[in-house]
Amino acid sequence: KEMTVRDALNSALDEEMSADPKVFIMGEEVGEYQGAYKITKGLLDKYGPERVRDTPITEAGFTGIGVGAAYYGLKPVVEFMTFNFSMQAIDHIINSAAKSNYMSAGQISVPIVFRGPNGAAAGVGAQHSQCYASWYASVPGLKVLTPYSSEDARGLLKAAIRDPDPVVFLENELLYGESFPVSAEILDSSFCLPIGKAKIEREGKDVTITAFSKMVGYALQAAEILSKEGISVEVINLRSIRPLDRAAINASVRKTNRLVTLEEGFPQHGVGAEICASVVEESFAYLDAPVERIAGADVPMPYAANLERMAVPQIEDIVRAVKRVCYRSVPLAATA
Amino acid sequence: DSIITVETSIPFTGHNIEPPSRTVETSSFELLTFFKDMATMRRMEIAADSLYKSKLIRGFCHLYDGQEAVSIGMEAAITRKDCIITAYRDHCIYLGRGGTLVETFAELMGRQAGCSKGKGGSMHFYKKENGFYGGHGIVGAQVPLGCGLAFGQKYNKDEAVTFMMYGDGAANQGQLFEALNMSALWDLPAILVCENNHYGMGTAEWRAAKSAAYYKRGDYVPGLKVDGMDALAVKQACKFAKEHALKNGPIILEMDTYRYHGHSMSDPGSTYRTRDEISGVRQERDPIERIRKLVLSHELATEKELKDIEKEIRKEVDEAIAKAKESPMPEPSELFTNVYVKGFGTESFGADRKEVRAVLL
Repeated sequence: KEMTVRDALNSALDEEMSADPKVFIMGEEVGEYQGAYKITKGLLDKYGPERVRDTPITEAGFTGIGVGAAYYGLKPVVEFMTFNFSMQAIDHIINSAAKSNYMSAGQISVPIVFRGPNGAAAGVGAQHSQCYASWYASVPGLKVLTPYSSEDARGLLKAAIRDPDPVVFLENELLYGESFPVSAEILDSSFCLPIGKAKIEREGKDVTITAFSKMVGYALQAAEILSKEGISVEVINLRSIRPLDRAAINASVRKTNRLVTLEEGFPQHGVGAEICASVVEESFAYLDAPVERIAGADVPMPYAANLERMAVPQIEDIVRAVKRVCYRSVPLAATA
Repeated sequence: DSIITVETSIPFTGHNIEPPSRTVETSSFELLTFFKDMATMRRMEIAADSLYKSKLIRGFCHLYDGQEAVSIGMEAAITRKDCIITAYRDHCIYLGRGGTLVETFAELMGRQAGCSKGKGGSMHFYKKENGFYGGHGIVGAQVPLGCGLAFGQKYNKDEAVTFMMYGDGAANQGQLFEALNMSALWDLPAILVCENNHYGMGTAEWRAAKSAAYYKRGDYVPGLKVDGMDALAVKQACKFAKEHALKNGPIILEMDTYRYHGHSMSDPGSTYRTRDEISGVRQERDPIERIRKLVLSHELATEKELKDIEKEIRKEVDEAIAKAKESPMPEPSELFTNVYVKGFGTESFGADRKEVRAVLL
């Protein structure tokens, strides 16, 4: 059986709202409009306007209200129409949500989920195309989850809603319509994935690629191409950017001895940079080649289709980098 | 304990609402409690000033002396089911919610016995079991957070309200108006309490606000201007506001008050206002002196008895400081506690991760 990421998210929300009356959703167009991307479709009819709360376009205000409701013991799911707009509310995510449990020595916990599409969409220009994974993942007190498949979407969203801490849940607009196979176990309402654990999406022995969200699909496609050339790629779907599954990453690198990090976000101080540092710290002696980073270009997102394509990682970029770390791309003349 | 009827100092001024009566009912017990509680707050803040100057308190420290009637009057009108949230000038709000002197001084000095175990500091006091949600360091952020508490109260049908305190500086913040709009749309039991002490740090209100009539700034939300130096007026206004908020949604209370200290301990408080202004308020409007006069004029206690109460408070404060000083600094292991409620056994790192790391449970 197959399920779209959109339906996976929708069913996870539905089931968690049904299981716990403290769970409510708020955000722009989540109710009567049925969700800007239809993730909340049908929920207003089922749970009513008290629990499916349309807000004005005022992120700082409604995010603060969501965090305050979480202080009080409710379990809000705050939808950002896209994570670009969360910049209007980042103070509440970081100063009000992430730090309160620590500052209060455990008195004020903040069981809240901030969710919505993150990263580059298509043709929407610089202000609507940015990955915030490394921004939020640098903050202690937050958990940052990045689903790729329908399994991830269901299991991680349910884990996020049930979690007692603030969770930033970064979806991807371009994945919403994609279908993935789902088992009976995944479809069961008790299904949940562990926070902080990566998934080996494809096993391999020559090189490790770490990826999250949409880039997991790209890594899998690159791995398929590379397998035809005799390179066996292990693809790690990070799932959780914070906590980061350093153990799984390092174990894989110790096996393959080579690493390419892959992400859509800006390269500087990115998720790849942190993974690279972790591998240098923990597994330096196991590396047979320098770590390579494939990331978004170090520029604001351009609009023109040809430039936009150059600004985000493409499968050929991944293939090229893997060949470099495997010393397959060195010109014969140079080795002679 | 017979009922005593007192007129507030000045009438209330309403915005889009008929203000409550100036006649307030009180009692001997209440007036003496007001006197004792405000004198304790005053003494506590003066002691904090000394501790700061002797370098036992670090960082920022914002004192409340002068503004005590706002906390005291508010507490007299509400219950602990009602919530309060404030900014960084929070020591006395915490005390008003049932916090102790020892926990206050211990927190200020960063000790284990502090109300946040030494991890919050001056600006981050909480007492959740009594409905006090902090203690917030970012100007204005506490207002949407407070509206969120009110959202929770309405969602749970708790028949309680939230008072969110902010200064005249924060009154110009955009997020305040965003949260107010939603509170009004959704009829949240939200009471915005503008503690107008007339200076946002060193900026006089008229230099920061085109309209300094903060009780009118909610436009479609009713407001009330209150003499915030008169504890009984504050009580009357808060009682009125609570009834209003439960029935009709948000309301703004502008408390006309004054801080004797500078904005924080790094501000002598004298470059942007005159010494005459400060001493004038002390002589004419001091909230403790107002209650002292009422107690004496109604012959509820003698001058000597009130002096004795103050002496006793001095002793209590000194003892609390001594006790707080006995409390040790937090254990080094506390560095890594409370980062998460549920840490999933992931690692967290100290400055040198090869030397200091911890597993978060």
